[in-house]
Amino acid sequence: MKVVVCVKQIPDPAVVGSLDEAFRLRRTGKVILDDADTYGVEVALRLVEAAGEGEVSLVSMGDATDVTGIRSALAMGAVRATVVSDPLLRGADALTTAKVLAAVISRDEPDIVIAATESSDGYTGTLPVQLACLLELPAVTFATSVAIEGGVVVAQRQTEAGYDEVRAALPAVVTVTAGVVEPRYATFKGIMAAKSRTVDVLTVADLGLDAHSLAVRQEVVSVEVTPEKSAGEKFVDDGTGAQRIIAYLERVKVLSGGGS
Amino acid sequence: MSALNIWVVCEPSGTDITTTSKELLSEAVRLNATVSAVSWGPHTDGLSDLTGSWGAHHFYDLGDLGGVLPGSVVAATVASLVSEGTPDAVLIPASTDGRDIAGCLSAFLDAPVLTNITGLREGPDLLSEHTLFGGTQAAFARNLGSAPSIMVVRPKSFAVGTPAAASASRVAVTPVTPRVRLVNIASSHIEQRNGPALDDAQVVVSGGRGLGDAASYGLVEELATLLGGAPGASRAIVDAGWVPYSHQVGQTGATVKPTLYVACGISGATQHMVGMKGSTYIVAVNKDPDAPIFSLSDFGVVGDVHNVLPALIAALRARS
Ligand SMILES: Cc1cc2nc3c(=O)[nH]c(=O)nc-3n(C[C@H](O)[C@H](O)[C@H](O)COP(=O)(O)OP(=O)(O)OC[C@H]3O[C@@H](n4cnc5c(N)ncnc54)[C@H](O)[C@@H]3O)c2cc1C
Repeated sequence: MKVVVCVKQIPDPAVVGSLDEAFRLRRTGKVILDDADTYGVEVALRLVEAAGEGEVSLVSMGDATDVTGIRSALAMGAVRATVVSDPLLRGADALTTAKVLAAVISRDEPDIVIAATESSDGYTGTLPVQLACLLELPAVTFATSVAIEGGVVVAQRQTEAGYDEVRAALPAVVTVTAGVVEPRYATFKGIMAAKSRTVDVLTVADLGLDAHSLAVRQEVVSVEVTPEKSAGEKFVDDGTGAQRIIAYLERVKVLSGGGS
Repeated sequence: MSALNIWVVCEPSGTDITTTSKELLSEAVRLNATVSAVSWGPHTDGLSDLTGSWGAHHFYDLGDLGGVLPGSVVAATVASLVSEGTPDAVLIPASTDGRDIAGCLSAFLDAPVLTNITGLREGPDLLSEHTLFGGTQAAFARNLGSAPSIMVVRPKSFAVGTPAAASASRVAVTPVTPRVRLVNIASSHIEQRNGPALDDAQVVVSGGRGLGDAASYGLVEELATLLGGAPGASRAIVDAGWVPYSHQVGQTGATVKPTLYVACGISGATQHMVGMKGSTYIVAVNKDPDAPIFSLSDFGVVGDVHNVLPALIAALRARS
């Protein structure tokens, strides 16, 4: 069972982001492994454990100056990582990123490719499906549980109303939602092992990709500040909170003016 | 500029189409576009009239796709159709199936996709609006590639118009087999809900981690019922397994725009607020006077949900 997980290093989502002069998300400062990706790594490790054989490897696109985030995914148990890092890819849209990741993954011929439903910084949420189509694989999206039964991936797929049970023959691309499993903590042994695991850094040229096909094809033309809403009334509950909420709801006519 | 040519992917919902699909048709009409609707499913019979009443001139009817995920099939079919018709834009609802369709269409047409759109602006080019940093800024973007622009629009971005007595001309289309294998739907499970659906409710009462435990979510449900609304949730308590995902409000959950939104024990993270900031009146109960939710609320009570909610429930019961 060969499993590839797509992972991404992102600026800490707890820090409020900002844009640079080209309206791109500033990526200075420390980057961390996107928390959303830890679920994918965990699902991948469990699939390999359930199969009793195989390995989990990682692919990523982005600046490779600092790969601490990638190493933390290796520390969970992935055996190797490939990072495509190239100035040519600055400002790449999701389809371009998908083309780059597809070029790496197609060399590996994995049984299953796992990605988060969406990243926590860009949250475009289309990349895994674009990747699947480029690899000519079925996309099983929004999975909240994943199992392999006789060469078929069986997943619960979250929908607006509930969930569907869906099935696709391997190889396939699967996107997992946050919270599907409890990601394991890296053990001390895992952290030590991760230090010696290979992180291959490749460029667009190494992949034999035509730079022309990766050109930026969408742009932000302006950014406007949204007028701030003026703060409403606020008071400390002194036991009359409920009555005052009711009075407020009557005032704005959400409740009819009962009695008064 | 000649009239825009806009296609709208209309997601089926029983014999109807989803509310977001109607919002997109309504916006296309507002942009004075020539509008084409695309839909599929076992109940497309009435959709020429239905999409026509919402402003579509043409209705591309893919018919029943069988028990498979629609993403790649609908995308492959739309890809083959647009190469003849060349719309300026294909508008797609930001739903689970909508996002699958958009991703596949992007790959099949080798065209980028603009996602998380919350508005459209007409100019020399059609611009898409995107909410940034929890709604403090808005970015306007455009497609530099060849037409069509693939645009994925969040629910509740546009008001629905008024349906007219009109019908769209139906074009029967044989679905195109995509070059990827299909995903079969073995079974569908609908989570039981009492009262109105979250995204259509006029009142939404949501609970967060401040409730303390899963059992206390009962207070939220009861309050929602008394106000004739739907119960919602922050992602923290969905991830904790207290309530199913279908209750989640926010960036990665439902977008709601009710008349009244009541946030109980919710801090007001930017990712939560983008899903509910369009509500007309926002009431918040939180014991932390500095909780960010109070920057958005119209009426805030600094207090304990375990005091305020039971009292509120008792008072509402006494009125009914
Ligand atoms: C990519 C990404 C996507 C996300 N998408 C979403 C999304 O769609 N929806 C969403 O909601 N979140 C989303 N989040 C998570 C979000 O950042 C917050 O973590 C989450 O909204 C917090 O939930 P909460 O307010 O319930 O919990 P907390 O932030 O823990 O807040 C609990 C609040 O309860 C108050 N409280 C505690 N006890 C009491 C009491 N007894 N009475 C009254 N008040 C009390 C506290 O003061 C606190 O303000 C996303 C995060 C990321 C990174």
